[in-house]
Amino acid sequence: MNGSAQDNPALALRRGAEAQAAALPALLLAAEQLAATVQMGGHGRKRAGTGEEFWQYRPAQAGDSARFIDWRRSARSDGQFTRDREWQLAQSLNLWVDGAASMRFTGAKTRPEKAARARLLALALAVAAIRAGERVGLTGPLAPARPGRRQLMTLAAVLSDDATAQDYGAPEVIGIAAQARVAFLSDFLGDPAAVRTAVAQLADRGIGGVMMQVLDPMEEDFPFDGRTIFESMGGALRHETRQARDLRTRYRDRLAERRHLLTELARQAGWQFATHRTDTSPQGALLWLTASLERGR
Amino acid sequence: MAMLGPIGFTAPWLLLGLLALPVLWFILRAVPPAPIRRRFPGVALLLGLKDDEIQAERTPWWLMALRLLALAAAIIGFAGPVLNPEPVAPGQGPLLIVEDGSWASARDWPRRVERMERALAEAGTAGRPAALLMLTDPPPAPPGFADAASLAQSLPGLTPRAWEPSAPDPAQILPAGNFETLWLSDGLARPGRDALRQAVEARGPLRVWQPALPVTALGPATVRDGQVSLPLTTSAPISTRYDVAAIGPDPSGAERELARATVDLDNDTQGQAVFDLPPELRNRLTRFEIPGIRSAGTVSLTDDAVKRRKVALISGSAAREGLELLVPTHYLRQALAPTADLIEGTLEDALTASPDVIILADVAEIPDADRLADWLDRGGLLIRFAGPRLAMASENNTRQFLPVTLRQGERSVGGAMSWGEPRRLAPFPAGSPFAGLTVPDEVSVTEQVLAEPGPELASRTIAALADGTPLVTRMDFGAGSVVLFHVTANVEWSNLPLSGLFPQMLERLAVSARAETPSAEDLAGQTWVPVKLLDGFGRLETAEASAGVPGERLATEPPGPDLRPGLYVAEDRSVALNALPRDRVLQAAVWPASVPIEGGEAPRQMPLKGALLGAALVALLIDVLASLAVSGRLRGARAAATVVAVLAFGLASQGHAQDTMPEDRAIEAASNVVLAWMPTGDTQVDAVSEAGMRGLSEILTRRTTVEPSDPMRIDLAADDLALYTLIYWPIVADAPVPTPEEYARLNRYLRGGGMIVFDTRDADLSGVGMATDAGRRLQTIAAPLEIPPLAPIPPDHVLTRTFYLLQSFPGRFDGTIWVEAPPPDAEQAEGMPFRNLNDGVTPVVIGGNDWASAWAVNGNGAPMLPIGRGQAGERQREIAARFGVNLVMHVLTGNYKSDQVHVPALLERLGQ
Repeated sequence: MNGSAQDNPALALRRGAEAQAAALPALLLAAEQLAATVQMGGHGRKRAGTGEEFWQYRPAQAGDSARFIDWRRSARSDGQFTRDREWQLAQSLNLWVDGAASMRFTGAKTRPEKAARARLLALALAVAAIRAGERVGLTGPLAPARPGRRQLMTLAAVLSDDATAQDYGAPEVIGIAAQARVAFLSDFLGDPAAVRTAVAQLADRGIGGVMMQVLDPMEEDFPFDGRTIFESMGGALRHETRQARDLRTRYRDRLAERRHLLTELARQAGWQFATHRTDTSPQGALLWLTASLERGR
Repeated sequence: MAMLGPIGFTAPWLLLGLLALPVLWFILRAVPPAPIRRRFPGVALLLGLKDDEIQAERTPWWLMALRLLALAAAIIGFAGPVLNPEPVAPGQGPLLIVEDGSWASARDWPRRVERMERALAEAGTAGRPAALLMLTDPPPAPPGFADAASLAQSLPGLTPRAWEPSAPDPAQILPAGNFETLWLSDGLARPGRDALRQAVEARGPLRVWQPALPVTALGPATVRDGQVSLPLTTSAPISTRYDVAAIGPDPSGAERELARATVDLDNDTQGQAVFDLPPELRNRLTRFEIPGIRSAGTVSLTDDAVKRRKVALISGSAAREGLELLVPTHYLRQALAPTADLIEGTLEDALTASPDVIILADVAEIPDADRLADWLDRGGLLIRFAGPRLAMASENNTRQFLPVTLRQGERSVGGAMSWGEPRRLAPFPAGSPFAGLTVPDEVSVTEQVLAEPGPELASRTIAALADGTPLVTRMDFGAGSVVLFHVTANVEWSNLPLSGLFPQMLERLAVSARAETPSAEDLAGQTWVPVKLLDGFGRLETAEASAGVPGERLATEPPGPDLRPGLYVAEDRSVALNALPRDRVLQAAVWPASVPIEGGEAPRQMPLKGALLGAALVALLIDVLASLAVSGRLRGARAAATVVAVLAFGLASQGHAQDTMPEDRAIEAASNVVLAWMPTGDTQVDAVSEAGMRGLSEILTRRTTVEPSDPMRIDLAADDLALYTLIYWPIVADAPVPTPEEYARLNRYLRGGGMIVFDTRDADLSGVGMATDAGRRLQTIAAPLEIPPLAPIPPDHVLTRTFYLLQSFPGRFDGTIWVEAPPPDAEQAEGMPFRNLNDGVTPVVIGGNDWASAWAVNGNGAPMLPIGRGQAGERQREIAARFGVNLVMHVLTGNYKSDQVHVPALLERLGQ
C-alpha cells in the first residue's frame, strides 16, 4: 500500500474517490440521538463533556485539576471557575458494497462495471464523511468504523478486493454500532428476502440508512433480440428464449416491481432508496447519497 | 466444352452439384440460427418467463434463398463458364499456319502472333507437327512440318513486311501431304489469293483469321495549286475520322510533326488529306503518316515531287520590249514556272534570297564573284547557258565559273554559211545524269561554244553532240556544282529548248520538280540507292549496304522483297517508293461461306468464373450480415456503423457540399472587412492567392484604418458573395467555369457594388488580343458576367489617388490594367487635373500583373516570392502594396476622392 505503485487498484480507487469527494461540501451526518458514546466527533451534544468547543464556565469543584481553572474568569469574582467544553462525538457510517459476481457486469466497454461504480460511490461517501470527522467502516468484520484518513486506505483495500463468487450478494449486518448509519450499494437483483431481513434487523436496532441500486443501462433497457441464452455472471442461472425482444416489456415490468418492493421496504424502515445508472455521472448519485444521509437528521 | 447458348463450360460435370441444392434447402431449413450466449445479471428477473410464440426457429426463406444462390453461383463458377467461347475443334494431322505478313498485318501484329502462339500451343499439346508460311517472304522450298513448340519459339522474331505478297505458286510453297490450315489474312483482296485458297482446301480443312476493321492506307502526296493532298483509302466503307500528320525536320533538325489534317470518311472508302503549307515547310516534309496505326501502309514518304526549288533566273541581255520569245530566259521560265519558285533580277538580289539554283543565261560578266563562290561552296547549283556574250567574253573573268575552258567564239554548224548539217545529239553516256532519256530526232544544234581540249573534258561532259563535241558539261565546285549548256537557252542556236527533252533534262539536274508519277523514262538509266527503308510497321530505318536498283524497276515494279519501300536517291534526285503501289485499289478479301472465319468481328471470349465466384462471395457477405440481423447480433450502433461504412464506401467519390453558407462563416465574413480569393484548383496558385490576400490585409492593417480579418477562400457554390468586399480571382488556363447559378450570384454581387479583380498572371498580354491561354480562359469565364465596357485605366482614374498617388499598378509584372470605361462625355473639371467622372466603383479590374505574388507573405511576414531585381524590385513591391491599398480604398470609399472636384464650389458656397 505504498503510494508509489501506479497500478495498485486500491490506490487508483482511492484517488478516484478523492476526486469525487472533493466537489462535495463537508458532510455532517445527522445524529438522531446524543447518546452515550464517548468518542470524539463533530456532533455537539449540547452538554458538557470532552470536546474542543467552549461550552460553559462552572465553579471549580474538588478534584478539578488546577490547570483547568480559567484564571481570567476567576479573577473577576471570588470563586474559581473552570471551562467546560461541549461534549462532542462522531457518528459512524457503515457501507455495504455488493461484491457479488452480478456486479461485475457492464453492457459496454465505455461504461464501468457496476461494482466499480458502486465502490467509487462508497469510497467517495467515505472520504466525505471522514473529512467531516465521522467514523467510516464497512459492514462485516473486515473494516470496523474508524475515523481518520488512514481508514480510507483500509476501506479502499477491502473494497478493491472483490472475492465473492456468488451470483448475487446479501448485505451483512454485523459489526454495525448502534446509532450508526448504513449505506447499501448493490444491484438488488438477487433474492429480495435477504435485503428485507437485513433492513429489518437494522431498523429494529434503530439504525437508519440508504439503499442505492446501481444498474447498467442494458439491465434497464433490455435491448436484446433474437434467440438468446441468458446466463448469470457466475453461470448458475440461465434462461433461454427464442425471441428476446418479446420479453422486453415483461422484464421491465419485473424490474419495476422489484424497485417498488425495495422502495416500500425502505419506506417502512425509514430508509431512502434510489437507482443509479452507470451511464450517468456518479456526482448526482453521491449528492443524493449525502443529502439522504443528512435528511435523516 | 459443353455449350449452353452463348456460354460454354470447361467443367460441365460440376453442374451436377446443382442437383444437391434442394437437399441443402431442407438441411438448412431444419437448422435454426445459433443462439447467442449472453451474460446478463438480470436473468434472475427473467426466470419463469415464457416465449410468446415459436419464431425464428427456422431460417427465413429469403435467407435460405440467398444462401442457395451463393452456393449455386459458386458451383456454376467452378464449372468454368465462358461467354462466347471460341470454338476449338480439335484438328487432325499437321497444321500449316499461313500468314500474309504484309504491311496490312502490321497494325494488329501482336494479336496475330498471339493467335499463332495459341494455335501452335494447341497443336503442341495435341502432338501435331506444324509449319509456318509467310507469304511476303516465301521460303525457297516448301516448309517442312516440325515440332509445334519449337516453332512457337521462332514467333517473336517474326515481323511483317512492308510489301504485299505476290501471287505465289501453290505447288512451290505448300508442303506435301494433307494438313489443316490456319490462314491469318491481312484482310486485303489480291490476285493469287483464291488460287492458294483452293490449293490449301484441297489438302485439308481451312480456317481463316481476319480482323474485322477495314485496312487503311495513305497514297502518295501530290501537289496541286500549292496544296499538298494525299489520298486515304480503306478496304471497306467506314464512317470515321482519321488524322494525317505531316512530318519533317524542324529548323533545328529534330524530326517533328509540321502539320496535321483530318479526313472524315462518311461510309466511304476514299478521302483526301489536304495540307496548305508554305514552301519552306513543304520542302522540309519527309513523310506523312496516320498517327496511331502502325503500318507501312499508313506512311507516305515524300520525295522531290512535293519539293519546289527556289530558282534564280538571270539573263545577260536587257529585256527588249515585245520580243519575249527571244529573251534568253523565256523557255526556262516556261519550263520551270509550274514546279519551281522563280526569282528574277540581278545576281546580287538573287544571292540575297539564297536560291537553290541560279541559272545564268548568257551572262559573261559575273559582278559578285566572291559571294557566288561562297554560295556554290555551300551547295548551290549554278547552271549557265552559252550565248553570244559568253562566246565573246575574254577568258579571264569567266574561267572561274565554267566547268571547261571555252574557246573564244562560237562554232556554227549547218547554218547558211557552213557545209555541215545541223548536229544531232548523241545518246547520253551511262554515267550521265541524263542517262536513260531518249533523244528525240528533231533536236538539232546549229551553234555551240566549244571547249578547249583537256584531260578533264571527257569526264566533265555529261551530254554531247553526235560528233562528240560537248553539249553539257559539269564540274563540282565545293559542295555545289556548275553546269554549262553549250547552247543558248532560247532557240537561236538550237531547238533543244523547244523539245520535250529540255524540261526532262532540267528535272534530271534537280532544277525542276518532276511529275508526281515518275515514268520509267524519268528514272531510267540511273542506279537508285536506298537511303531510308520502311519496315512493316512503318518505321524508317537507314539502309546500309543496300544494293542499288535500276530506275526502270523502281518506276514499274511494285514493292517486294528485293525492292523494299523507302527513299531512293540518285545524284541529287530522290524518289519515294511507298508500300502502297500507286494504282493499288484496296478491297476487302472475300472468303467463301464454307470457310470459317474468326477474328475481330466475333465477340471476345470472356471467362465468367471470376465474376460468378465474386458474386457468390458477395452473397455470402450479405448472408453474414443478414444472419446477424436475424439472430439479433446486429444491433444499433454496430448496424449503423456497418450501413454508414457501406454507404460511405459507395458515396465516397460523390460526396459533397451543402449549398448554403455555414452560419459561423457568414458571421466571420460579415463582421469585418474581408478580402476574398477565388480558388482555381491549382494548389500553388491558390496558396499564393491566400498569402497575397493575407499580405495585403497586413499592409492595410499597418498603414490604414482598414483592418481586415483573415482572408477567406470563396466557395462559389455556397457563399453569399455580398459579404465580401473584394474578390481576387486569379485565372489559370484550366480554371473551372462557374455554373449558371454561380454566375447569377456573381452578377448579383457585381450589381450590388462588389469588385472582382481578375488577374491573368501573364504580364500585360491580357487585353491586347487576349493572346495567352489564361487570357482566353478569362474571356470564357467573364463572358456571362455583366461587365460594363472596359478601357485601359485613364491617368485620371480615381484609383490613382484613393490613398496613395499612383501612376502605375504593378504586381510581379507592370502592365496596364483595365477598368470600367469613363463615360464619353466626361469633362475636364474646372481647376482640377482630372475629369468629372461617373459615380460608383468600377466593378472589375482586369490585369495580368500577378498582384498576389507581390503581396504574398509567408508565415513570418516576409515576402514569399522575389519581385524584380534588387532595389528596383523592392520599389516595385512597395508600389504594388500601394496599389493594393488604393484598390481596397476604392472599393470602400467609392469615388470619394473624385468628389474633390466639387471642393471649390463648396468653398464658394460656404463663403456666401
